[in-house]
Order: sequence, then structure tokens, then C-alpha cells
Amino acid sequence: MKKFKYSEITPENIYKNRRKFIKNLGLATGSMLLNQHLITSANANAKKEHKKLTEYRYITTYNNYYEFGTGKSDPVERSQKFKTKPWDITIDGEVENPITISMEEIIEMFPSEERIYKLRCVEGWSMVIPWNGFPLGKILKKVSPTNKAKFVKFTSVLDPEQMIGQRFPILDWPYKEGLRIDEAMHDLTILVTGLYGKKLPNQNGAPLRLMVPWKYGFKSSKAIVNIKLVEKMPTSSWMKASPKEYGFYSNVNPKVDHPRWSQATERVIGEGIISPRIPTTMFNGYGDEVANLYTGMDLKKYF
Amino acid sequence: MKSFLKPSIFTLSLIPFIIITYKIFLNKLGPEPVKEITHFTGEWTLIFICLTLSMSPLKRFTNFKFWIKIRRILGLFVFFYATLHLLTYIVIDYRLDWSQIIDDVVKKKYIFVGFTAWLLLVPLVLTSSQRMMILLKKNWNKLHKLIYVIAIFGSLHFIWLSKTIFFKPLIYSLIILLLLLLRIRFKKTI
Repeated sequence: MKKFKYSEITPENIYKNRRKFIKNLGLATGSMLLNQHLITSANANAKKEHKKLTEYRYITTYNNYYEFGTGKSDPVERSQKFKTKPWDITIDGEVENPITISMEEIIEMFPSEERIYKLRCVEGWSMVIPWNGFPLGKILKKVSPTNKAKFVKFTSVLDPEQMIGQRFPILDWPYKEGLRIDEAMHDLTILVTGLYGKKLPNQNGAPLRLMVPWKYGFKSSKAIVNIKLVEKMPTSSWMKASPKEYGFYSNVNPKVDHPRWSQATERVIGEGIISPRIPTTMFNGYGDEVANLYTGMDLKKYF
Repeated sequence: MKSFLKPSIFTLSLIPFIIITYKIFLNKLGPEPVKEITHFTGEWTLIFICLTLSMSPLKRFTNFKFWIKIRRILGLFVFFYATLHLLTYIVIDYRLDWSQIIDDVVKKKYIFVGFTAWLLLVPLVLTSSQRMMILLKKNWNKLHKLIYVIAIFGSLHFIWLSKTIFFKPLIYSLIILLLLLLRIRFKKTI
């Protein structure tokens, strides 16, 4: 049973949505998760309430997107006129074939699939979101990374005229994030173009955002314009803002507290005042898929 | 006028409480209701701290005794909202999970200063009556200077719990700083 200790949450999501999920995903991971579901279904019953999808209205009105302000409702209120057309993404750095590609081309070249992921914010709340997108690895393979490509750096758009938050020194703009190459190539790591089968709303990071489900939400950059393969570990905007609080890896880990607040539990968005916090799980419940990326690493040191 | 004044300040001070109660019962708290109640009561605690601290400077500027007369009520409402804030955290958020709560108080500096600030409010509430004021004489003034410490702890609590100081934690800290600085100047000029 030890094998399943990382998977308390995901199978429950699958429990309700398994038909849809597996049909859409059609991947080995899908059937693997189904097996886990069968084994842990007794468990699932007890935690029934946490397997349901977060409502669309909450996903699209409760956002951290400091480019549009630090309030949770700022992004939805201030991003509606944000222009996402035309939009080009450049993929360069340590690659054989650097490209600049338009959003239209991306949507045409990479068919989108549905991925139901739990999103765990570093602030201690979580949502379950049906994303539409495709594995980042697919697009990275197209540009043929060289053997010097050890990390991937994501740069979001810089546009203080349209993004009021960028007129203030809240973070080191534009927003920068990074992944190790193996994390970026992992099948669970996706580029997102939509949610709930709809076009990605501006407040959720349109037209193109990242989603890395086993890391805290801030690792998943929004409104990406540049993906650069690099040799050295990039410094993210949050690392620069507070290196003691935000590490490069930022894997969801209930045992490693943020220096100022606990990460042991989380609130489920949309659950109301009555429902209690739930325990946070290692790698946000995706440990079976990703724990092997960190074999032998001290995750307290590399937080 | 005199008998009218305090009841009206009292009623006005209850408005935030009525708003949050209404929101709780009509389910109008949005996606994260517990956080909303916590933030709401916390922010109103800070607002009442600022209001309480504004009274003696206002008296100096306007020379109306009015301000000092309502100061006690405002101060008691600091305690009222701070207690609601604390109870939200202990009862609604952490469900009396004492091991987690004690762990937080000891290890998390924003909870430590917040909790300390609430504790420091207790002696002020206990000595808030006219009788205690007479009884404690000069010591009353000394004791009630604790509100300055409470105000600083309150703003630190807000700064430390936030991911960035922008913008509300910064605004409240600046207001509190200003209100405290005003006091230093008074003493020098008198």
C-alpha cells in the first residue's frame, strides 16, 4: 500500500470523471490511475467531497495574477480588455531549431487534450481544474534541445500599459519562471490553451500558460511569450523577490513549510464555510508519476 | 447630544459585524469564505486601531473633547474585531486543532505577533472603565501606551502574512507609522 501514499487526491478526481478522463487522455497514466482508484476506492468514499471539479465561476474569478493587481478579483476585473491577438511565442536558447510561432499555429499543430489537475497554491488553497492543453515536451521536441539544455526558462509578457500591476515594483517584471529539463519534458507538464472546454480566459493566463500540477501554482507561468532552453538554473521572479521563501523547485510538500506559513493543510475552493481543511499531499498527489525525478535529492534543501 | 453620541458611535461600529453576519448567512462570501471572514475581521481590527490612534491627534488639532470621549468605544471595538478574527482562525479555520494552532503560534512569526497583540489587548480591556482609570492614576496612561505596540504588531502581522507588501499591508503600516510619529512631535512641542 505504501506505493500509493502519494495518490490520495488524484484517483478521487478520476473516480467521478474517469470515463471522460480516460477517453480524453488515452494515456498509460490514465489506466494506471484507474487501477489506483480501484485499490483506494474505499478511501475515496471518505473524502468524497474533494473529488469534484471546482466551479468555473470560481476558477475564473479567484486568481493570483499580479500583473493585473494583487487582489484575487483584480485579474478578472482588469484583464478583460487585454489583447491576446496577435500573439507570438519564441522558443530559443540551447536548441537546434529556434522558432517564433503564432498562437494560431500552436493550436493547429498541437491538438488539445483534457487534463484534470489539482492546483495547489502556495497560499494554502486548492482547486480541481479541467485544463485543455498539450504536453510541453511535444513542442520542445520540435525545436531539438541541444545537450547543453539543462533548464527551461519561461518569460511572460511585459506590457505595463495593459497590465497595471507591472507599473509597480511588486515583482521583477516580466514574470520569469523555470523548470529543470526533465520536469519540463514530463508528460504531466502541459501548456494550457483552455479550461472547461472553453478558450482560456484572460485572467487565467491567456493565451498560453503553463501547468505543472505537482508544484505550487506560481510555478505555472501565465501569458508566456518566450521559452528559452538554458544551461544554468534560471532565477524566477519569486526567487528574486524572496530567495529564502521561494525555491527553484517549489514542489508541493506538506513537510516543508513556507518560512512564514504552514503547508500541512489546504482549503478547497468553493467548499463553503462548513468544510474543514484537507491535508496537503506530497507532490500534490502526483508522487507516483514524479517522485522519481527527485530520487536522492534532499527536498528540504532544494525546496 | 451627549446621550446621543455614544450610542450612535456604538451602532456605527457594529456595521462591519452586521455586514459579515449577513454575508455568512446569505452565503455571499465567495470562493474562499473562511479566508474572507478572517481577512474581513482582521482588516476591521486594523481600521479600528487606526481610528483609536487618531483620536488624540484629532483632539490636538481641533480642540474638541468629543474625540477623547469616543476613544474608549473605538478601543473596545478593536478588541471585539480582534477577538472575532482570532475565533475565526481557531474555531472555523483550524477547528480547535490545538496541536496545529500551538505549532503555528510558536513557529510562524505572523501568528506569533498577531496572537501577542491580542493578548496585549486583554489588560487594556480589563482596565478600560472609568473606575479603573481613577484607580490606576498615572499608571493607566502608561499601561494604555501598549496600544502603540499592538498597532505595530498588527501591521507586522499583516506584512508577514502577505506574499508581498503591496498594497494594503503597506498602506496600513504607513497610516499607523504616521499616527505614531504624530505623537512624538506633540511631545516635543509641548
